[in-house]
Amino acid sequence: MHTISDHGAFFADAQPTKFKIGLMHSTFACYDIPTAHLLSEGYYTNKGSGGVAYRCSFRVTEAMFFQERMMHAAANDLGMDQAEFRRLNLVRDDMFPYRTAFGFLTDSGQYGKCLDVGMEAIGYSTFKQEQEEARKRGKLLGIGISTMTEPLGAGNSREYDILGIKMFDSAELRVHMTGKAILRTGAKSQGQGHETTWAQIVAHELGIPADDIVVEEGDTDTAPFGMGTYASRSTPVAGAAVAMASRKIRAKARKIAAHLLEISEEDIEWELGRFYVRGNQERGVTIQDCALAAYSNMPDGLEPGLENTSYYDPPNLTWPFAAYFCKVEVDAETGVWDVLNFVAVDDCGVRINPMIVEGQVMGGLTEAYAMANMQYITFDEEGNCIGANYMDYLLPTSWETPGFELHEVVTPCPHHPIGAKGVGECATVAGPAAFVNAVMNAIEHTGVRNVDMPLMPNRVYEALQTGKNVSGMPPVLSD
Amino acid sequence: MTSLFDEVQEAPAEGVEVRRVTVNVNGADKTVDVEPRLLLVHLLRQALQLTGTHSGCDTTSCGACTVLMDGRPVKSCTVLAVQANGREVETVEGLATASELHPIQEGFKEEHGLQCGFCTPGMMLSAKALLERNPDPTEDEVRWALSGNLCRCTGYQNIVKSVLWAAKKMREQNQEA
Repeated sequence: MHTISDHGAFFADAQPTKFKIGLMHSTFACYDIPTAHLLSEGYYTNKGSGGVAYRCSFRVTEAMFFQERMMHAAANDLGMDQAEFRRLNLVRDDMFPYRTAFGFLTDSGQYGKCLDVGMEAIGYSTFKQEQEEARKRGKLLGIGISTMTEPLGAGNSREYDILGIKMFDSAELRVHMTGKAILRTGAKSQGQGHETTWAQIVAHELGIPADDIVVEEGDTDTAPFGMGTYASRSTPVAGAAVAMASRKIRAKARKIAAHLLEISEEDIEWELGRFYVRGNQERGVTIQDCALAAYSNMPDGLEPGLENTSYYDPPNLTWPFAAYFCKVEVDAETGVWDVLNFVAVDDCGVRINPMIVEGQVMGGLTEAYAMANMQYITFDEEGNCIGANYMDYLLPTSWETPGFELHEVVTPCPHHPIGAKGVGECATVAGPAAFVNAVMNAIEHTGVRNVDMPLMPNRVYEALQTGKNVSGMPPVLSD
Repeated sequence: MTSLFDEVQEAPAEGVEVRRVTVNVNGADKTVDVEPRLLLVHLLRQALQLTGTHSGCDTTSCGACTVLMDGRPVKSCTVLAVQANGREVETVEGLATASELHPIQEGFKEEHGLQCGFCTPGMMLSAKALLERNPDPTEDEVRWALSGNLCRCTGYQNIVKSVLWAAKKMREQNQEA
């Protein structure tokens, strides 16, 4: 793999000398490829710093786009089916933990199952026939696949830091004597729904109703220190810290429960929100009873109060898996392409709040659709940005954006306290190749191998007319 | 009465004639002295402290600043405050009552129709204008009505579901009433 990249006037990654850049982390990580070679050249120019707008700017999007376009081209060159070629090369379930070609350790997944779920949902087995029949009627149908795993949830502190500050995260949970609680974390929600997800984790670990938990983030004067929200690290790291703080509180509450029930700690059982005497389930105390007792009736020698601050240093990154399938129709007369169906299969381990996870996936897929279809910052020859408004820098609206069909496979993360993996980035990262592969599949019979993103209608039309590849920057349309 | 001449200055710029405008905002008349160049979005956010209306692109493209003027959605970043004189303006603050969310707000909550929330006030007001003229829209009609409002988080699918949820609830409420 050889990349030549324009980094603009400075490097956009947090600390390139310490970070093993996203490119190496993720490339070929989901495939059983024994050796790989990477040559990466970065250039400083007089432009603004580069990267994807959001939901991953650590070059993973670029890496996965390259990987999946290569898989598509390789399968074609070998005369093999896109899905079967991937299945043959994907890391199998019995191979975990698996050391990737670039030296990272992936720990879990059911890649083949994800592929199966997606193929079933999109109707893969009958597509070739559908495509041929459509072509007889003058319609160009195409199907595209993109499969990937990527590392989410930095760090561990051994390998990851920003300017020397290690990449852990933190949670501070205080249960008041009323049995209600306040949680502060070192992360900060920008719309990822931490208030909901964190309250759910505490509710699940302690049995305190989510409505009784105040989540407070974003005040660095009062929050424990953490490294913030990006690179899908909130649930893998801060979420783990929330679970660990809750568990330590539960351990202390157990001592208080033993005192209240006047029995030994070993004879106590836990059910959600309540300790009871083994063999006598009727006799028990709730977590709220323990909270009151922590301030009013604690056992001798036990520190008063019921709170904990937990700093979580993950043992490894989490490795979610995504298999995306896109079916398109290309209008041969205009080069306009429409998404007929998009199936996304995501395995991000245990889903704490499925609705929030799905919201993240749909948003990421829309960003991927934008990149594949229209979104591009244009520069003139001197490097001046001439696409600095929404008339030139196109974003998809509710009208263009297709619907997405979402599916899940759950392979719990083996080292995360609740088995969750990161998810926010996956769709943005793996999505663009699915759209582009689908459009290429629709027009490949003309001899075209590649049209560079964004696949604006005029570029697709040009490829269809000439039968030749279209590459380079798109022309400036506003002139 | 509030005086607002410029974003930073207390007094009007030299030689600028100040205009007195009265705008009915969320049901109450507000009278303000303004420079003629003042935008409606700044009247709302700065003079009236109604910061629920967000200022996004400043070029009528993104729709974050959408408010209703005489019931019709307008992008308040390209409406002058003086143009709103004598008219009714509704902002997101006018949706909920003291005790109850508006069905559109409820819909966004039920269907996870927002993530970062920046586009949300504009989305809700565009949706309100749609539902007032078309109480039973199709998915395509909702998508078309919201196409002037950009969202970068949600992928729109849940916003569309939120509006359809609200439409159903509002129809049920109307039947009961």
